Amino acid sequence: MLSIIRTLWYVLLHMFHKRVTVQYPDEKPYLAPRYRGRIILSRDPDGGERCVACYLCAVACPVDCIALQATEDATGRRYPEFFRINFSRCIFCGFCEEACPTYAIQLTPDFEMGEYRRPNLVYEKEDLLINGPGKYPGYNFWRVSGVQIGGKAKGEAENEGRPVDVHSLLP
Amino acid sequence: MIGPYPILSIIGILIVTLSLAAGLIWLERRLLALWQDRYGPNRVGPFGLLQVLADMIKIFFKEDWIPPFADKAVFIGAPAVIVVTVLMSFAVLPIAPGIIVSDLNIGLLFVLAMSSLGVYSIVLAGWSSDNKYALLGGLRAAAQMLSYEVFMGLSLMGVVLLAGSFDLTAIVRAQRHLWFVVPQFLGFVLFLMAGVAETRRLPFDLPEAESELIAGFHAEYSGMKFGMFFVGEYLGVILISCLITILFFGGWLGPVLPPIVWFLVKVMFFICFFILMRAALPRPRFDQLMSWGWKAMLPLALANLLVTGAVALALGK
Repeated sequence: MLSIIRTLWYVLLHMFHKRVTVQYPDEKPYLAPRYRGRIILSRDPDGGERCVACYLCAVACPVDCIALQATEDATGRRYPEFFRINFSRCIFCGFCEEACPTYAIQLTPDFEMGEYRRPNLVYEKEDLLINGPGKYPGYNFWRVSGVQIGGKAKGEAENEGRPVDVHSLLP
Repeated sequence: MIGPYPILSIIGILIVTLSLAAGLIWLERRLLALWQDRYGPNRVGPFGLLQVLADMIKIFFKEDWIPPFADKAVFIGAPAVIVVTVLMSFAVLPIAPGIIVSDLNIGLLFVLAMSSLGVYSIVLAGWSSDNKYALLGGLRAAAQMLSYEVFMGLSLMGVVLLAGSFDLTAIVRAQRHLWFVVPQFLGFVLFLMAGVAETRRLPFDLPEAESELIAGFHAEYSGMKFGMFFVGEYLGVILISCLITILFFGGWLGPVLPPIVWFLVKVMFFICFFILMRAALPRPRFDQLMSWGWKAMLPLALANLLVTGAVALALGK
């Protein structure tokens, strides 16, 4: 009997507690910087696309929501001819971001992607590309990698030694 | 004896009780939310008050489905019974001096009789649905009403003894110097519990018990028929709150403010208490409910009656 009265009293006191509800559209929840939301494709500091169309994200994706087609430009840089993410299938697991060797694909703290029509959830490359480097400001894959492209011969990358002549064993 | 303005009183009480019953949907959700650290419905209109309207529009447009295996006539009739019986009880309640439909000299007995009739609604609903869970709910309702009706009446006999009348107006007038909650505190507690069981509110909502019987007696009901059960339940809450106010807390009596305001304030307090009980207390097991009723409450009510009678006799009233 006493415990019942005590219960009633404690529940009554909850009137003066802080509300736990976040009144969402008026009051935005805090999202951590590493929150896994809408996927974007970033650009390197020079403004070029980072994506080298290696297909690793499409392979890593557990729900097969990423589709792309690789192609090359005149200088030999690989880039995706099209890059398509079907967000009605995406589970925002972030595996694509982990698989990406060039920091191109990144997840952002934004989840407000509601649509009335399902086809609108299919994002093309122009929807995904942003005008910035995202989480990795200084990184440029083509500047640090040893891959030869037009305007950058072998051995010209940052911190890269001169190419070794494999036919000569002399030091 | 008919009150001074019967037609006005009927219209007034009907409008106020029915709109209050609808408003209780909002009040209950807001208060439950308050006590669970939430906000509750606060989007539609000021403070979410128009939520009631939205809910009503929704429930009127829901499919009103009658199961093919149900006993159709009884199935349709059952929801009306509860609303009718509870509204009949309001006819004898003295809201304030002059605001009463019919000042019966056996008003209290009439109320008790009507609240007993209300259980037919539940039992018939459970029976006509031809559904195991509904039938179990109806059975539980019948057993619960039967056991709680007994000491509900007995717990009030102390009040009747002190006031010397079954007339609710006379009972209120007898409390001019001292509210009956003081000499009849045990009776008040017993009546409060019986009242909760009578309206089938938590923690005594065994007949519908969502977690055990899905929805109990109204498992097969939909649309406005289901709505009628809810209106009946909320009307029952208002009725029991009114009765507690009239029988134990001096009805309309109070200083400064006009009588009707005092009455409404007291009734609202008990309605909020009903909701607080729903927010705080868990539901007992059915056998616990029954043994509590027969083994604890009934002897207590009898003892209360005995002591009250002895004291009244000794004081020579």
